[in-house]
Amino acid sequence: MNGLIALVPIPTPNMDLGQIAPLEIVFGAALISVLVEAFVRREGRRRVQLVLVFASLIAAVAALVGLAGTRTLTAQASVAVDGPALFMQGTVLLLAIVGALLIAERSIDPAGDAFAPRASALPGGREERELTAAGWSQTEVWPLFLFCVGGMLLFPASNDLLTMFVALEVLSLPLYLLAGLARRRRLLSQEASLKYFLLGAFSSAFFLFGTAMLYGFAGTFSLGGIADALSGNAGDNGLVMLGVALLAVGLLFKVAAVPFHQWTPDVYQGAPTPITAFMATCVKVAAFGALLRVMYVALGGVRWDWQPMLWIIAIITMLVGVIVAIAQTDIKRMLAYSSIAHAGFILLGVIAVSEAGIASTMFYLAAYGFATLGAFAVVSLVRDSSGEATHLSQWAGLGKRSPVVAGIFTLFLLAFAGIPLTSGFTSKFAVFSAAIAGGATPVVIVAVFASVISAFFYARIIVLMFFAEPAEEGPRVVLPSAFTALALAIGVAVTVLLGVLPQPLLNLAQQAGIFLR
Amino acid sequence: MNAAIPILTLGGLAAFFALLSIITASIVGPRRYNRAKLDAYECGIEPTPQPIGGGKFPVKYYLTAMLFIVFDIEIVFLYPWAVSFDQLGMFGFIEMVSFIVTLLAVYAYVWRRGGLEWD
Repeated sequence: MNGLIALVPIPTPNMDLGQIAPLEIVFGAALISVLVEAFVRREGRRRVQLVLVFASLIAAVAALVGLAGTRTLTAQASVAVDGPALFMQGTVLLLAIVGALLIAERSIDPAGDAFAPRASALPGGREERELTAAGWSQTEVWPLFLFCVGGMLLFPASNDLLTMFVALEVLSLPLYLLAGLARRRRLLSQEASLKYFLLGAFSSAFFLFGTAMLYGFAGTFSLGGIADALSGNAGDNGLVMLGVALLAVGLLFKVAAVPFHQWTPDVYQGAPTPITAFMATCVKVAAFGALLRVMYVALGGVRWDWQPMLWIIAIITMLVGVIVAIAQTDIKRMLAYSSIAHAGFILLGVIAVSEAGIASTMFYLAAYGFATLGAFAVVSLVRDSSGEATHLSQWAGLGKRSPVVAGIFTLFLLAFAGIPLTSGFTSKFAVFSAAIAGGATPVVIVAVFASVISAFFYARIIVLMFFAEPAEEGPRVVLPSAFTALALAIGVAVTVLLGVLPQPLLNLAQQAGIFLR
Repeated sequence: MNAAIPILTLGGLAAFFALLSIITASIVGPRRYNRAKLDAYECGIEPTPQPIGGGKFPVKYYLTAMLFIVFDIEIVFLYPWAVSFDQLGMFGFIEMVSFIVTLLAVYAYVWRRGGLEWD
């Protein structure tokens, strides 16, 4: 019995560090960012953090461009480096750069940036008043932001369910915190944070349970392994269907599809507006990337079983999104329901189950992301003495007071409605035609109806801004610093450019091709 | 199924004995309450300080608990690595160093922000 301590050689995992360079750059920067919080003096922190954040995000984009055309699995086949993954990661990074511009803004609010001076201080308490008077601001948002972006880069690229779960947690946990850090209306913000955390924890548990079911069926976490097990399996799919359903709950929660959308309006309303903008765009991109990968790579073989489920979810998501949005009186809640409706439109690309489906989904996410960032940037500019003026009645006559800002907002609303010559039209056209080619014509008919209804409430705000009399004591539009101005300019430019000249990005999305197994 | 019979039997016996003693005690036992009876019995010392009034603990207990978990998890990974250090080789060494450096950064943050000071 001397075999008790047999020296079995453990094989070294294959790990090409160059192929996950964007991830390493962002996570490395996040770690340095924590150290900056620890060792740099308070007065200098903001500057160091800003340099670090923008340098690392731009370096990650450069590393990503260098990887273009790579199709390989790395890190023991747990991370896929393929066209769609690179495209999604690029979208997340570019949106995160614009989002970081909004988070860095500090001349809109007279007291400083959009975040509470100290998150642990009691809302409305003495400590908070003293810190605000002393002009304190915290810079912890930056490490949280970078960790979140890192998780978003990993989420659409993970090639096994366990890595995907870790990525899901890495991107979610900082978001729960960021949602609760608003400087104004702190109780609402903390409530949003708590709701998001509790529901998000539930949905993560669902995801994990689904993972366990699929592992029980296939004996592997790898998406390709699950697909192999499915193709070699005759009939008995009970465990698979349970796993798919539970996994879908976790992923559909993150993209805010009905009936897993309840958190969206509350969290979007309560979170600081720059964080809402970041959350509404980057999370959607990352989560749709993961949803596409799971559904296409692992579960492509049982698509006839999950397609009907996604058909129904797409239909109710679009209808609930647009119908409930009509009844909203708060601009942030309205944008939240609009984002729910858009999740339904993007699901059309997912149910197409084709290369065109992947390409159109990715194009839609990029187009929608930039318009949404711009729209929330405008929301952060319209303020009264107590903070942002988000009630719709306060927006009446805004076009007469500041035609430029109202005009920019109109452009984004037209893009959301899908009016030609904006990015919204091209992207809706792309997902609709992909879904028709994929045999989902009934869903597309509902989608067209939903677009018409959505055009109504977007148009209502445009009419309100330009043709209603300005309210007495109404809010004023604050002149932002270069950060928000640049973010707005990028949003406008991309929205117009993708409407007038969509072909280059469409081609890029089509070249990205299919998922690697 | 046969393999499960001993476990089921044992479980059944345990449940029977537990139920029997609780029921018997509640029927036969005298009821005389005093302070000592409400104390923890062979379950460690009294937690101190007791939550006063509203039953709230100071938040620093939670901070300490979280820090403990961080280092506890570190040990969980360090121990198996130390046991099979030879087989894991250079790759394992580099991975562990990067793991420890990551934790060290967090530790530095906690230290600089006063997370280790009690008051």
